[in-house]
This record gives sequence, C-alpha cells and structure tokens, in this order.
Amino acid sequence: MPEISSYTVNFGPQHPAAHGVLRLVLEMDGEVVRHADPHIGLLHRATEKLAETKPFNQSIGYMDRLDYVSMMCNEHAYVLAIEKLLGVKPPERAQYIRTMFDEITRILNHLLWIGAHGLDVGAMTVFLYAFKEREELMDCYEAVSGTRMHATYYRPGGVYRDLPERMPKYRDSEYRSEKDLKRMNADREGSMLDFIEAFCDRFSGTIDEIDTLLTDNRIWKQRLVDVAVVSPERALQLGFTGPMLRGSGVEWDLRRKQPYEVYDRMDFDIPVGTNGDCYDRYLVRMEELRQSVRIIRQCADWLRRNDGPVILGDHKVVPPSREEMKDDMESLIHHFKLFTEGYCTPPGEVYASIEAPKGEFGAYIVSDGANKPYRLKLRAPGFAHMSAMDEMVRGHMLADVVTVMGTMDIVFGEVDR
Amino acid sequence: MALTAEKVLEKVQSSLGERVVASRCEYREAEIEVAPGDLYAAMQTLRDDSALAFSQLLDIAGVDYAAYGQDEWITEEATNTGFSRGVDGFSTGRLGLTGIYGVQPVRESTGRRFAAVYHLLSVTHNHRLRVRCFAADDDLPMLDSIVPLYASANWQEREAFDLFGVIFNGHPDLRRILTDYGFVGHPFRKDFPLIGNVEVRYDENRGRVVYEPVSIEPRVLVPRVIRDDNRYADPSKQEAPDA
Repeated sequence: MPEISSYTVNFGPQHPAAHGVLRLVLEMDGEVVRHADPHIGLLHRATEKLAETKPFNQSIGYMDRLDYVSMMCNEHAYVLAIEKLLGVKPPERAQYIRTMFDEITRILNHLLWIGAHGLDVGAMTVFLYAFKEREELMDCYEAVSGTRMHATYYRPGGVYRDLPERMPKYRDSEYRSEKDLKRMNADREGSMLDFIEAFCDRFSGTIDEIDTLLTDNRIWKQRLVDVAVVSPERALQLGFTGPMLRGSGVEWDLRRKQPYEVYDRMDFDIPVGTNGDCYDRYLVRMEELRQSVRIIRQCADWLRRNDGPVILGDHKVVPPSREEMKDDMESLIHHFKLFTEGYCTPPGEVYASIEAPKGEFGAYIVSDGANKPYRLKLRAPGFAHMSAMDEMVRGHMLADVVTVMGTMDIVFGEVDR
Repeated sequence: MALTAEKVLEKVQSSLGERVVASRCEYREAEIEVAPGDLYAAMQTLRDDSALAFSQLLDIAGVDYAAYGQDEWITEEATNTGFSRGVDGFSTGRLGLTGIYGVQPVRESTGRRFAAVYHLLSVTHNHRLRVRCFAADDDLPMLDSIVPLYASANWQEREAFDLFGVIFNGHPDLRRILTDYGFVGHPFRKDFPLIGNVEVRYDENRGRVVYEPVSIEPRVLVPRVIRDDNRYADPSKQEAPDA
C-alpha cells in the first residue's frame, strides 16, 4: 500500500473562524499546510454592476455594505470620486466631520478586528471588552444618521446633516433601575461632541486594558510572533496596503502622503512594524487606535469652536431642504429632478482613494456624462490581502491559518463585493 | 503628492517613448494607453525604471466600452411618449443585447471594446499612474498576463477574466473567482442582463438545487440620461434664427 503523504482539508465556508464565508481548500502534509486555495465569491453581490444601473447618489448605501465594519470609509472613497468628477469641494465643517467619522470608523473596525482576532487565537475576554466600546460608537453613527451601521451619511458636497445638539439617551425601562439608567446616561447629558470627548477620555483606558491582556501575554505571543512574516519587498509586490504594509516596515499612509479632507492639519503619528509578522501587525493596529483618538480630539475641538454649513448650497448637486422645497417652486423642481433623475457628471475617469482601516480603499469611476456611472470599480484592500493567503500560510501549521486570517482583518463584504 | 500629474506623465513618456499610444491628464490624474503587444514590456519598464519605480499594482479594472455614451432618454427636444421611452430600455447597459428581447445587434470588432485598466502606485516617489490597454479582438479579448511582474495581478486578472471574459495569456491559474462554480457567461459585460439568465431554487422532488431560466421581469425605474439639451448645446452649431 502506498503511503499517503498529503491530504486535503476543506475549511469553511461555514466556520466561525472563516470570518464570514471563506472556503479554503488546504493541502496538508501532516499538520503543515503545503498549499492553500481560497475560494471566495460566496458573498458576491455585483455591487459594481448594480451601481451602473442607478443614479450616483443611490449607490452610497451600497458602499456601507461592502466592508460592513468600516462603513463610512467606503462611502468616503465613493463620494470623493464623485466630487472629483463634479469639481465640487465640501465646506470646511463637513471635512472635519468626515475626518472625525473616518477615525471613529477606524476605531470601530479595529475593535472588531481585535475582538475577532483574539477569539480566533483563544483570547475570549478581549472580544467582550471590544464590543462594549463598539456599542458607544455605534450610538454616534445612529445619532448622526439614524442607523447604527449602514449610515449613508456622506453625500457628494458634504455630509447629510450636522452633528446633533443633544445625544440620544437611554429611556426608562422596567428592566433597569434608576441608578443604572443614570449611570448609562451620564455621558449623554450634553451634545454629541461632549459624548465623543467623554468617550476619548475613557477609551485610552480601554486600550491599556486590552494591551495588558494581550501584548505581553505568553500564549498570545506564542501564537503571533514570527507567524506569516512578510518582507517589505514582498508586501509591495503582493499589493498590501494599510496596516499590512506598515507592519512590514514600509512607512506608507495616505492620510500623510496624499492627504485628503483635513488630515494635513492633523497631528498624528504613523506606527510602523519591524519584523513583518502577525505580532507587529497587531502592535501597529493597537497604536493606530491611540492615534485615532488623538485625531478625533483635534476634530472635536475644531468643530466645537467653528460653525458653518455641512453641505454645499448648490442645488444642482445637493437637494434643497424640505422647508425650502415647500416654499419655493425652483427648489421643488430641483428636489424633484435630483430624486428622480439625479445629476449628470461631466464625462471622464477618476480614481479616488482613502486610507480605510484595512488599507487603501479606492473608487474608480468611468463616466460617459450620464446620471449613472458607466463603470464603477472598487479597489478593496482585503482582496489583495486575501490573494496572499497561499503565500502567507505555506509551511505553517493548520492552527496558524486562523491567526493569519485574523491578522489580515478580512471582511468578505469587500473581498467579494 | 510629490509630483503633479503632468510631471509624472512627462517622465513616463520620456521613459516609454513610442510605446505610449495616448495619454491624458484629467482631474489631476495621469493616464496612458499602451498597445496590447507592448503591455508586458511597458509594465516592466514602469516597475524597474528607478525614476518611476511603480512598485505596487493596486488594481486591475476591466471595462466594457460597448455601451459607452448610450442613453435612453431624449433630451434635445420635447417628446410625447412620456416615461415609457425610458422604461422600455432597449439600451445595452441594462437589459442585455440578447435574451429578453431577442435583439442581437450586429457589431463589428473594433478592438476598442474591452480594456484592462491598471492602477499603479510608486511608494518611493509618491505618485500614481493609470495604464489602459485595449484588447485587440472583441470576440476573444486577450492580453498578456503581468503576474511575473506583480504578484498582486494574479487575483485581479482572475477577476477581470471572470467578470469580463478577458483572457490573460500566461496566467498561471486562470480560473473564475467571484462567480458560482459552473457559472455561464461573464456578468459584467454590458450585454449580460442585470437580472441574470438563470435562477436557482431547491426542488423537493429531485432533492437538489436546480437552475431555471429567470422568471422575473426586468424593471427599470430610472432611465439613463446624458444631458445634451439646449443648456449644453454648442451655440455655433445651432441654426441661425430666421431673419
């Protein structure tokens, strides 16, 4: 009887560590992975094709559903591309709000990542810590846009509405005591900016707690250090961006190198790894959490001191307010036109990209001058990272596959689009 | 950015010379077009020339230009056909050239239908470039694979193959990537209907999932409009009013 040297393991698509719907066909030699073949596309919804059949603004909501843990960042790239085509620039206050919400989104994303990564590797507690804080930020999303996740808050020409003057509060309920209610509403007495600042004050402590749980943890280090080492040259070759590239020691951050919105006025540092292993990528993302808090503070400070419009008054692009519409024939026509036909952009091709929490998220729009994009191509960072799966897990143990998946910060909404 | 798009374009042109078929610089973005025969060599120069050093291939976007500039709504003059003229939707972009209405327009291969658009980034010089390459044959679009130059091209090319049917010559593993196992057709082509050709359901009698032709009717809510009404008309082309 011939000795069987290798066998194939099917991992997913329904597996708690598959981060959604990944099917991995692993060719194993004992417990060592010889070859990994990821099968993606189980969540493919043809977002780009759908966008071709809809006026520009109607696709903003689809962007939220791409990388569904960093919603506003996806919207941001798409909206920036449209603004580039139209040649409009949002008001300054809108730019600050966008910058602030990009960073809130980064924290949202990294908290989910640390929670899921911890859970994959065997650290259950972190998940609970992370999700407790995420909930607060979800409330910020809800306060500005009305939805906890799929905000559709960024619009070409600004953001949909200004930050609320009062933060929504928990209501009285028979399931919680007066004392609990008071504690839960303690930060919600003032405006939304008060709430965000209170969050920033508290959140540094949370990062420290997660830090204490993981950074010097013996098991955590055994699972992460020297796993899936990527050299800077390979990282560039493989199309890595974001923390994956920085973890390998390449100092590249679009917020600093090709600044958009008001990042050029922000004071923050870019963490860079040295070894390019999973542990370095973990450290980079942890530091990014701290830097995000810094940026949010600066934005909140500016927003407190400066007032102004948050969306352009150009009614060829931005619909007039309901009040104006009820009053004024011209506004009614604009409103009707924008909500039925939408606006037409000049013909041309643009690419706009932002530093999303996972890496460079870009939107490439080909327009032939119609009210719908002729072709929309979204550059999802996760797609490039996922394609390096084979190279990163080769020669590692089966258990390390899960670590690698965690370190890539994969979300299938954007990989499959 | 360190360099303006015009400067980048200048450098690219001096490096590639004749191989640049066309170039443009719109919206502060540099873009060149290369002939399909020159693609591999051009990309190699772009990557290895130290003055350019495009070390990263960020994305490959397939584009199908079959319906470029086609709209569904007359904007130059008033009509009396109402909304239905947009809803009938015979345009290429939406309901498919074949299938539902059985319309099969005769198209000649122009060599300008399928393009692959490469987005390049230089981390050292902090500049970007877009390279467009049209496949010579519309019926069997084929381009050279650049996987030996950029490892990230592997999946990107698979995606362009899957969605547009562009074949990449020399690709190590050109399989479908995003669509279902056993999928027929290339869904992002403009002649592929938005609602698809088949639908799936579970058949209790046969105890398995079956594929059937789509039963739903395509619906169009917003017509595709290119505004070229009087506001945008070129005044020199307008007829002079009778004296």
